[in-house]
Amino acid sequence: MAVDIQAVREADHAIVVVPRRRPWRWIGWAITAVVVVSIAVSFLTNPNYRWDVVGGYLFDQRILDGLVTTLKLTVVSMAIAAALGLLLATMRLSRSTLLRGVAGAYVWLFRGTPILVQLILWYNLAILVPSISIGIPFGPTLWSAATNDLITPWTAAILGLALNEAAYLGEIIRSGIIAVDKGQTEAANALGLSRFDAFRRIVLPQALRVIVPPASNEAIGLLKYSSVVSVIALPELLYSGQLIYGRTYETIPVLLVVCIWYLVVVTVLTVLESRLERRLGVGFRATTDGGKRWSRWLTGNR
Amino acid sequence: MADGKPLVHLRGIRKRFGSNEVLKGVDLDVHAGEVLCLIGASGSGKSTLLRCINHLETPDAGRVVVDGDLVGYAERDGKLHELPERQIRAQRARIGMVFQHFHLFPHLTALENVREAPMRVHKHSKQTATATARDLLDRVGLAEKAGAYPKHLSGGQQQRVAIARGLAMRPQLMLFDEPTSALDPELVGEVLDVMRDLAVQGMTMIVVTHEMGFAREVASQVAFMADGQIVERGAPADVLANPAHERTRSFLSKVL
Repeated sequence: MAVDIQAVREADHAIVVVPRRRPWRWIGWAITAVVVVSIAVSFLTNPNYRWDVVGGYLFDQRILDGLVTTLKLTVVSMAIAAALGLLLATMRLSRSTLLRGVAGAYVWLFRGTPILVQLILWYNLAILVPSISIGIPFGPTLWSAATNDLITPWTAAILGLALNEAAYLGEIIRSGIIAVDKGQTEAANALGLSRFDAFRRIVLPQALRVIVPPASNEAIGLLKYSSVVSVIALPELLYSGQLIYGRTYETIPVLLVVCIWYLVVVTVLTVLESRLERRLGVGFRATTDGGKRWSRWLTGNR
Repeated sequence: MADGKPLVHLRGIRKRFGSNEVLKGVDLDVHAGEVLCLIGASGSGKSTLLRCINHLETPDAGRVVVDGDLVGYAERDGKLHELPERQIRAQRARIGMVFQHFHLFPHLTALENVREAPMRVHKHSKQTATATARDLLDRVGLAEKAGAYPKHLSGGQQQRVAIARGLAMRPQLMLFDEPTSALDPELVGEVLDVMRDLAVQGMTMIVVTHEMGFAREVASQVAFMADGQIVERGAPADVLANPAHERTRSFLSKVL
């Protein structure tokens, strides 16, 4: 017994689909609008925010110097930490027990102690090691310098932030590498690619998809957390603000200035991150949009 | 066909994973231009044997010789010394491999997948590698898919790109590890067609497969494996239609 599909279909075509009504969606919008507007009104009309003072300090030279310091600290520390983290990750994944052990001990030590203590120790390295020299162990010295001349607030801050961050980034990079299917390495091996090429061209580009979101988190965290270097008297953004309101008692307006700058930088970072993620996602999405100059450069895919 | 030196020469290959001995002393010869189909139940050691040939698995004992070269080792003073990576890579580059799950590089287009190894390993220029890759994609019927990412290709298309990728290294020998087992039934044919063409053009192939029709039609030899050993081997007409061994009969009765 065959059914006349055509007849059934014509009957079906006459039926109209009505979407379900979603009243809660509109109520949600209304509540959100009320909250946002009242916060905005408070911001604009409450005189205690002292927006005139905020405006006065927004482009204050001391604040801008602090911002530059914060950016330098973040960028330099993050760059060193990424390189060192990549090294740590490959060491931890190595077949050599020695390399795995050394990297494991590093991560254990630097993750396991407070960054504040690490910074103070680096800054006061001269107490522990009065002079640093390079030479052949138990043989002649080739170069030597007093620790106090080498360790400035800057070098101590970079050392502390970068070495600490490397431990965290190392673990993030390691998880990214593990997330890439073993078959990828096997296919690369079967083709005769060198271990370096297999890693850089095949594994790393895929690992980066997993690495970039948590690594961006780390970058944003480091941006704000770099304010701990105020303990070794390096005036970055937050500390510069504190120095100002310590004298003028305009605490809230100056802190607002500081927050505005942090938000500006974080916004820029977030935009960069989402662009990077989109480029690294090429080949993994249902759509076929391309454009990946940046990642091409990173992975040597010209 | 059995005249002259075999291209692939295996003697006494043994491999164990923990307490499980997967290969129990396998001997096998394949001559240039031959197509050998390895059949047998899962767990019989077919894939492991195949992976020993390009040293993706390191055998515990025995010799793998491809084109007169001992694969993975140098023999000195009656011992096998493992070769440095660089030399193993050079040996692998002469052996193409196709995997059950394709293992295409998902972040590269079909064309980039195919030209990657020739550019890195043979140091071919981008133009040369691209031209060769386009020819190969055309040969597997995917010229118009050169710019597509693996995710946007069907399983059968992905496997054909993987075959082109293997061929791009101009191998003397192609290894196929269950190339159609992960495919939807209607896509199996297009991959087997490509493999049949390769066989006709004289490529030496070792194929682990469950496709008995392919084995019957294309293979010059069929070897049946069970429990880490080759139980029976011969022309497909003999092994498949007229098996000598009870275990072969019992296996074939289940799959045919």
